[in-house]
Amino acid sequence: MAKIRIPTPLRAFTDGEASIEVAGGTVGEALSNLVEQHPDLRAHLFNDSELRSFVNIFLDDEDIRFMQGLDTEIAGDDSLRIIPSIAGGNPPRSPHSIGGKTLVSEET
Amino acid sequence: MIIHISHDLQRAIAEQLEATYPNEGGGFLLGKGEADQMQIVDIVQVDNVFAEAEQHHRYAMRPQDWMRLEDMADARGLSLVGYYHSHPDSPSVPSEYDREHALPNFVYIITAVLMARANDMRAWQLRPDRSAFDELDMAARGVLAE
Repeated sequence: MAKIRIPTPLRAFTDGEASIEVAGGTVGEALSNLVEQHPDLRAHLFNDSELRSFVNIFLDDEDIRFMQGLDTEIAGDDSLRIIPSIAGGNPPRSPHSIGGKTLVSEET
Repeated sequence: MIIHISHDLQRAIAEQLEATYPNEGGGFLLGKGEADQMQIVDIVQVDNVFAEAEQHHRYAMRPQDWMRLEDMADARGLSLVGYYHSHPDSPSVPSEYDREHALPNFVYIITAVLMARANDMRAWQLRPDRSAFDELDMAARGVLAE
């Protein structure tokens, strides 16, 4: 079976396990089996049936988005890794107070 | 949960984020902890790779940075426990964009940088149902006012 490495924040949903063995002939099948074993992972990996935009799946060192996506075929000894793309951003700006000063600025 | 982060690390975060102003900056938090206590042991600055024209309100890291830092944390007997970033000229509260790109069980430290001065630093955590962030207590908060 292939192994999937779980990112640190999601290990709370795999009983603390960093690596989970799953069956499946494609990346999509492996992920489906993963969330079947650990259902609380689903909301953080998928938005409906699509991988969330900030969730990347690497097969060895290659992003599956640059392969065949969830249809990428895998062998029993392959290692997959779930890697979040960390991102953040300013809220739309509106009149507010910060540090005792009132800012009024346009939306960015 | 209470976040323990030294004044030196808070100051290091503040100085980095003041230097990246008016753009957003950020990095990873390495630490260790239990369910209700988290000690931040180190920070690692990571370049903002969002399109340069958008960096004044967006921050992103390469997935490869996550891989590298997670492996490094494991090798040091630590964990990748969170990340920090700035909100230039905006409050230190999570945006909707932050929520959409967040994971639970991860500490999000947001620093408001007002006119190139780090002004306020607060810690947050996404709820397991992804509906909102809750603010975390930061021990020794307030170094930015010194």
